[in-house]
Amino acid sequence: MTVTDTATRPGTSSRAADGVGASAARPDGVPKTDGSFIYSSDEHHDGSLWGVTLRSPHPRARIQRIDTSQAEGLDGVRCVLTQRDVPGSKIFGMMVYDQPVLAIDEVRYQGEPVAVVAATHPEIARRACQLIVVDYEDLVPNTDPEVSLTGQVDGLPEGGLARHVRIRHGDVASARAASDITVAGRYEMGTQDPAFLGPESGLAVPVGDGGVELYVSTQDLHRDQRQVADCLGLPLDKVRLVLSGVGGAFGGKEDLNVHIHACMLALRTGRPVRMVYNREESFFGHVHRHPAIADVELGATRSGQLVFTKVRLVLDGGAYTSTSQVVIANGCYFAAGAYHVANVEIDGFATYTNNPPCGAMRGFGAVQSCYAIESAMDRLAAALGMHPLELRMRNAIGEGDTLPTGQPVDGPAPVQEILAWLRDLPLPEQSDPGAEDMRARPGGVGNVTRGEGIRRGVGYALGMKAIGFSGGKDDTCTARVTVWIRGGEPVAEVYCAAPEIGQGIVTLEAQIARTELGVRTVELPDKDTGVAESGASSASRQSWMTAGAVVGACGLVRDEILARAAAALGRPAAEMVLDGAEIRDRGGWPLMPVAELLGPESVSHAYTYRHRPTEPVDPERGQGNAHVAFAYAAHRAVVDVDVELGLVRVVEMATAQDVGKAMNPVAVEGQIEGGTVQGLGLAVMEELQIDGGRIRNPSFTDYLIPTMLDVPPMPMKIFEFPHPDSPYGLNGVGEPPNLSSTPAILNALRDATGLELPRAPVRPSDLVSELLP
Amino acid sequence: MRVNVTVNGVAHRVDHVWALESLLDFLRERVGLRGTKNACEQGECGSCSVYVDGVLVCSCLVAAGQVEGCSVVTVEGLDPSPVQQAFVNAGAVQCGFCTPGMVVAAHCLLADDPDPDDLTVREQLSGNLCRCTGYQKILDAVHLAAERAGASGR
Repeated sequence: MTVTDTATRPGTSSRAADGVGASAARPDGVPKTDGSFIYSSDEHHDGSLWGVTLRSPHPRARIQRIDTSQAEGLDGVRCVLTQRDVPGSKIFGMMVYDQPVLAIDEVRYQGEPVAVVAATHPEIARRACQLIVVDYEDLVPNTDPEVSLTGQVDGLPEGGLARHVRIRHGDVASARAASDITVAGRYEMGTQDPAFLGPESGLAVPVGDGGVELYVSTQDLHRDQRQVADCLGLPLDKVRLVLSGVGGAFGGKEDLNVHIHACMLALRTGRPVRMVYNREESFFGHVHRHPAIADVELGATRSGQLVFTKVRLVLDGGAYTSTSQVVIANGCYFAAGAYHVANVEIDGFATYTNNPPCGAMRGFGAVQSCYAIESAMDRLAAALGMHPLELRMRNAIGEGDTLPTGQPVDGPAPVQEILAWLRDLPLPEQSDPGAEDMRARPGGVGNVTRGEGIRRGVGYALGMKAIGFSGGKDDTCTARVTVWIRGGEPVAEVYCAAPEIGQGIVTLEAQIARTELGVRTVELPDKDTGVAESGASSASRQSWMTAGAVVGACGLVRDEILARAAAALGRPAAEMVLDGAEIRDRGGWPLMPVAELLGPESVSHAYTYRHRPTEPVDPERGQGNAHVAFAYAAHRAVVDVDVELGLVRVVEMATAQDVGKAMNPVAVEGQIEGGTVQGLGLAVMEELQIDGGRIRNPSFTDYLIPTMLDVPPMPMKIFEFPHPDSPYGLNGVGEPPNLSSTPAILNALRDATGLELPRAPVRPSDLVSELLP
Repeated sequence: MRVNVTVNGVAHRVDHVWALESLLDFLRERVGLRGTKNACEQGECGSCSVYVDGVLVCSCLVAAGQVEGCSVVTVEGLDPSPVQQAFVNAGAVQCGFCTPGMVVAAHCLLADDPDPDDLTVREQLSGNLCRCTGYQKILDAVHLAAERAGASGR
């Protein structure tokens, strides 16, 4: 379904209407509000079958026998497939192929797919799954990452150690001796789930030439296509992926889910196959945020100058690699925080266990390390008797400073400005808690306090993260822009595979075409694998990369139109400009309507954008210019804590962030608010309870994400310091607000209670156990 | 079983409905109205909100057989209301998966209380989960819809 997006604001110059910098409305906004927008779980096809997955109930077991005969005999069942039926590569993976499409001889985590069924009704398919006999030899799971990092565990790949990242900068041993004061602490973080609302789902349709079309929700069509084609044993041109509506992702839709299974069932039966996970299966069907253990030691002078930072970070990646080896690297790159410190020693370990697989989630390792370093900074401030904000401002990184990886910080680094805004923002008024509406008190409508036992706290945190893919990846994004005349007016089509996952990349594609070409109407065809790749909607990179590609393609189209005008009018192209429907001279005088110039012809160009090259860090000391760009955000959290019941109400979350250029201010605000609230969830609510490798709370009844009543007012300041390397000066926006939100709340809770609170999320029992007599 | 129900003003007679079939599945798969969303199927997220005889319900918690003789209104059947346009204008839509349920719940809220304060909106919509927006723009959208409805005398 092509979406036509027409500028809604009138204006004498069409160039300004709903272009870059305007809060243009989403082209998919109306269909998303009236129910007509089609998500991957809505895809259907006449005569389609339903696919259902049989998953392992055990975190670790050997498969001795699988008997599918009873299931195959059930009325309505069309096929039952196991690993023997995988036509191509039997393993897949985002970065390394190590995960079986369907379990081969063993299962390594609870929920690992073992068989898939296609039937005429989803309930028949589920019943058939119950009829599949799998004889498991149950084995003791390895679930302790501290054991895995020894690399000596039997039954795990690499003995349990997926990667050890070392960063060495300066001389920590001498610096420790030179420090006036040192602090050390251990900070732990539980497992967060992306908890997108739109479940994993898709529709696979066999096509006449032996190929398959897959309508699916994903963050990267082309990376998926390669894995699917490999596992189906088909050439790439026989596997077409089409982006269906994506009901949120946050990293959890980078790894494959229904893709290969649905295609295998469709190719085997010759019928279209729908697959839709329910919520419980979804919790087993995607990767989670790595749980973390971080030991942080800081040394400083008496005046509060950081002298050294030493961090040991352990991220448990669970049963398969997914992106663990990159997540741990990203966690380590920023483990010393957004501070200038000359002596740094960082050791990061990503482990394999029989826990559920972990991979990408918004922030990508930097959430865990930001939480650790920002908790440690408050500990240091307390030891120094210094205000936590003053300590941060004294050590804040700036342009020209050197990162622990040896890379100089280039591009704007307005950390002082960000922190100063938070410092100067008035605190919310504290009215008499007893007089307040109960909904504004800890415990809310539970009506459990009249204001007695409530303490207020204020906390700060600062975060920094790389934007785009790091470490030498040749990252590209391609867009094709076509202009033709309809109804006497030029129309631009922007064709780019950049996945729209809710962030609004489709809005931006239309805004950029309006700004670059002056057109009013922009058409956005389906996103599919028919155009060269865009790269993933991840790493806060898609606006930057897509903008680069669309600007480039628009430039080629404009150049050709002006060259044609030059030929038609006998004037140099350099003396003319393209302004929507008119070719004008440099003074703005109309020379020729574009409609007259093009007639029935169209002008079309593709452009591939690359950011500046980066390089991998060296494996011994972790040194190298690994990053494209950096982004910064900071939060101030205000909390009320009922110290008798351990209940928390977050009163306000203030954010300051540099975005380079607010391409669409309302969308930028939405990213900051959404990222802040996911951090709030991680601070006080959200944890996947995993016991012996088993998930105990795979439902929205037991895994709690913030509701509207849990969320406070969120004042914010958006700074626009243009980035010198990017289109329009923009910077990545999506992940930075997710970093500092959690530690700001933890620091506020520490401020309110005086407790150490070494673990996130903070549970009621953590808040009262030490306070009660 | 056979179910007779009016959906968005149109009478439907559907045979062979399963005893345990939810109203959500009935609407999506039998009536073909897929605007009502399936996010938790456990009554926690509100994505499947519809009206049954004027009462706001999670359609995943209602058996299809229970709506015999009832009138169901889904997001597709709402009168063109200021709520939907306000959601678009306020930036309350990101991935949009919660949006249909949120729109129906906001419609219900404004029908009861044409000018709710912040805490009332937060409480009344706390049964509808959103993972993208952080809810601020949804709050803004409800106020914008209330304001526009007030201005137009509705």
